[in-house]
Amino acid sequence: MSTDAPLIEVRNLKRYFGNTDKPVRAVDDVSFAIRTGETLGLVGESGSGKTTIGRTVLRLIERTDGQVLYRGDDLGALSAERMRRLRSKLQIIFQDPYASLNPKMRISAILDEALSTHGLAKGRRKERIAELLDLVGLRAEHASRFPHEFSGGQRQRIGIARALAVEPEFIVADEPLSALDVSIQAQVINLLAELRERLSLTMLFISHDLDVVEYLCDRVVVLYLGRVMEVAPTAELFERPLHPYTQALLAASPKPDPLIVSTAVPLKGDIPSPMSPPSGCVFRTRCPHAIEACAQTVPTLDEYSPGRFTACIRKDLLDTP
Amino acid sequence: MRLPRLLRQLMHRRIVMLSALVLIVIAVLALGAPWFASADPNDTAVLDRLKGPSAEHLLGTDELGRDMYSRIVHGARYSLTIAALTALGSVIAGTVLGLVAGFFRRLDAPLMRVVDAMMSFPDILLAIALVAILGPSLLNVVLALVLVYTPRVARVVRASTLVVRELLFVEAVRALGVRTSRILWRHILPNLLSPILVQVSFIFAYAILAEAGLSFLGVGVPPEIPTWGTMVAGSQQYADKAFWVVLFPGLAIIFTALSLQILGDGVRDLLDPKLKKTL
Amino acid sequence: MSAPRLTVTSLSTCFPTEDGLVRSVADVSFSIAPGKTTALVGESGSGKSVTSLTLMRLLPKTARAQVEGQARFVTRAGREVDLLTLPDAQMRRLRGNELAMIFQEPMTSLNPVFTVGEQIAESVRLHKGLGRAAALAHAKRMLDLVEIPAAAQRLHEYPHQLSGGMRQRVMIALAMACDPTLLIADEPTTALDVTIQAQILVLMRRLQAETGMSILFITHNLGVVAHHADDVVVLYAGRVVEAAPVRPLFATPAHPYTQGLLACLPGKAHAAGQPRPKRLFAIRGQVSSPLSPPPGCAFEPRCDQAIPACSQAVPPLVVTDDLRQARCIRVPSVERTAA
Repeated sequence: MSTDAPLIEVRNLKRYFGNTDKPVRAVDDVSFAIRTGETLGLVGESGSGKTTIGRTVLRLIERTDGQVLYRGDDLGALSAERMRRLRSKLQIIFQDPYASLNPKMRISAILDEALSTHGLAKGRRKERIAELLDLVGLRAEHASRFPHEFSGGQRQRIGIARALAVEPEFIVADEPLSALDVSIQAQVINLLAELRERLSLTMLFISHDLDVVEYLCDRVVVLYLGRVMEVAPTAELFERPLHPYTQALLAASPKPDPLIVSTAVPLKGDIPSPMSPPSGCVFRTRCPHAIEACAQTVPTLDEYSPGRFTACIRKDLLDTP
Repeated sequence: MRLPRLLRQLMHRRIVMLSALVLIVIAVLALGAPWFASADPNDTAVLDRLKGPSAEHLLGTDELGRDMYSRIVHGARYSLTIAALTALGSVIAGTVLGLVAGFFRRLDAPLMRVVDAMMSFPDILLAIALVAILGPSLLNVVLALVLVYTPRVARVVRASTLVVRELLFVEAVRALGVRTSRILWRHILPNLLSPILVQVSFIFAYAILAEAGLSFLGVGVPPEIPTWGTMVAGSQQYADKAFWVVLFPGLAIIFTALSLQILGDGVRDLLDPKLKKTL
Repeated sequence: MSAPRLTVTSLSTCFPTEDGLVRSVADVSFSIAPGKTTALVGESGSGKSVTSLTLMRLLPKTARAQVEGQARFVTRAGREVDLLTLPDAQMRRLRGNELAMIFQEPMTSLNPVFTVGEQIAESVRLHKGLGRAAALAHAKRMLDLVEIPAAAQRLHEYPHQLSGGMRQRVMIALAMACDPTLLIADEPTTALDVTIQAQILVLMRRLQAETGMSILFITHNLGVVAHHADDVVVLYAGRVVEAAPVRPLFATPAHPYTQGLLACLPGKAHAAGQPRPKRLFAIRGQVSSPLSPPPGCAFEPRCDQAIPACSQAVPPLVVTDDLRQARCIRVPSVERTAA
């Protein structure tokens, strides 16, 4: 199914904002890899850095440190022009379907622009646009309309069509469902699942909705305050979360079934500011299992079992059933 | 879809429509000056000098016996042309400047320092200085005024560019790999049209006043060319004896500038996105 | 069984617009018992927010809303009033007092130029007539009540200095300051992170248990509804399509929309241990424009169980079981036995 080398590899990625004295550590030493054909989920709350990672991986924001490798090549080392041309392979779907389309352009113009930027479908633009619209469940006659004539769900489909127009291999989906109604979310989830299979897409799926991540993703990376807390295959993560933060996150997400009662006590306190993250383990201020040593060292992401990693010094907790 | 709605909304405000009407009348008179004028504006008739308004000379005659009405109608051509060229020139130059400064972070600071320096001079003084350097001619007056007003436009365009640049659909086309030049032309510029349109009308008004002022001071257009400003300048010494020689050109200046400003205000109010929401 | 705190009967709100009359809320009826939470559930266009704004009489005057129906509210003193026809002055005495509301975006609901303490104190001074010092002391007690750490300090802080979760707690403190009997919470946790949301929901539950207040909880999040509501009212295109206590609703949803809504949640996609299905169930299409509603049942264009009769007339809301109602001609009413 997947080749040996990962399609995308992120190594020690850092992205800081603001002055060098007390910068906002949006992304603080994050590493992960995505295999071809895989869908990797990136979950976290505010300040986790998940959105920044998505943008930085595509070089829409420049990194402060670290590397992003695509097929072994460091994207940051490419010239602006080479990067521009490579963008056809690396696409993004945005969270806000209302703001991501130019309101003054017809859908046909929006899609045509995508195609002509990379010299695709020469001489048969109109047909290709119709094909793309059909691919996302819209009709050819929709091409002559403007974005404001469509609903949120339809606009998101158009955004997906635009991303697919340039024939990408890899797509970053940045919270593509958050702005949509529940009943529409299901439609778009189905669409994404179908497209990724049909077009053999590799995806980085960013979301705060754990249920959707569980449904769509093969593996999950859990982020907190710019750092990785846990990495695991989806089923294993949800069945038995290892990191205290993952446990708290799962306990806090209400399942739509009144009979499943969660006895967990909610986490105390607020998410600290990324400008002054706690020393050592960034989660220690809210962790029910924090000990003194947690403030001293930044825990490393250690392998617990094949494919499962967790960044917590309390190994003793892992052995308890 | 958008333009008819704008016109519809404009029509709801009577004073704006009135101003637009006045401007249309003036423009028509200027364009068709040879047909609307009753006499040759340069025809001197010393015997008829400084005659008051009459049936033959609707607005009287000046110190050389030239028909005031015809001179004003022909003068409209010059004044409006100068103002139009100024507005056009400064909007184009200012837009390019503002767009580049707003979009390319590294060029922003140096470009804006130049703009700030230019704006630190009072308009009239700067214009006088430039005309003095370049020499008095119609073209040089336009050039000088363009240099005076370009910074104003640049600032407004830059501010809007900074906002539009951060909009999500601009990021989206960047992510597609669309070339920067196309992003500027196709995505950023069209969203700047509203503030630019407003600036056009205001600069037009300022230019009319500025040209009149310069010519009045004798440092504008050469006195042989009959603009409204040179008319006032040339006849000012006779103002006490024959008020019409300065009154009518003066009124022409005032009405044109005022109408332009009201129109500009009206257009700006309509294009203000915050007000748009309630409409 | 004491009388309901709030009884809404046939509430209707219409807005005249350039393009025609928009019926945001039509024939909505429900009631909330004292000490209980009723959830108003719906997606875009369901009319859930307009319902709450109508009840609180907070619709902007420029909207020129046409409101019909009744909203009987039992005050602390035991008096029954109709919120919709109460004179402005009396409504103002109720609002922020016995009848409190919290909104989705605490940043825009709190005044940025006044400290948190001042805002709570203002409400208390207005409704309870306390003096400055007493009001501020009460404000501090409120901040303690909502578990804001270092309350004495926070009193003097401005909204922008607090995190989203803190601001929402301040909103709750503001709402609780005058000891309300009914709290209307309009998507209070939608803008919050999951772990913060959990804290706020537990807090609201605790306050309800301590004060016996009723809560009208407006949301689109069925997970929250499942664990924090006693009764559920499902809205679609401005009408009530189903009403039931929470457990029966989730166990056996009667209306096709409710069924579809529950079925399309990825969280319900499969029972634990089973492989995940290739496709989620999805309700096809989207909600119709309020300017061109379907002639019959509003959900009919998207309904897999629709029959020709569905597009003929708007179905009536019928009682289907003890405490349950549904607006669907295919759901047997209590007169007939289920087939």
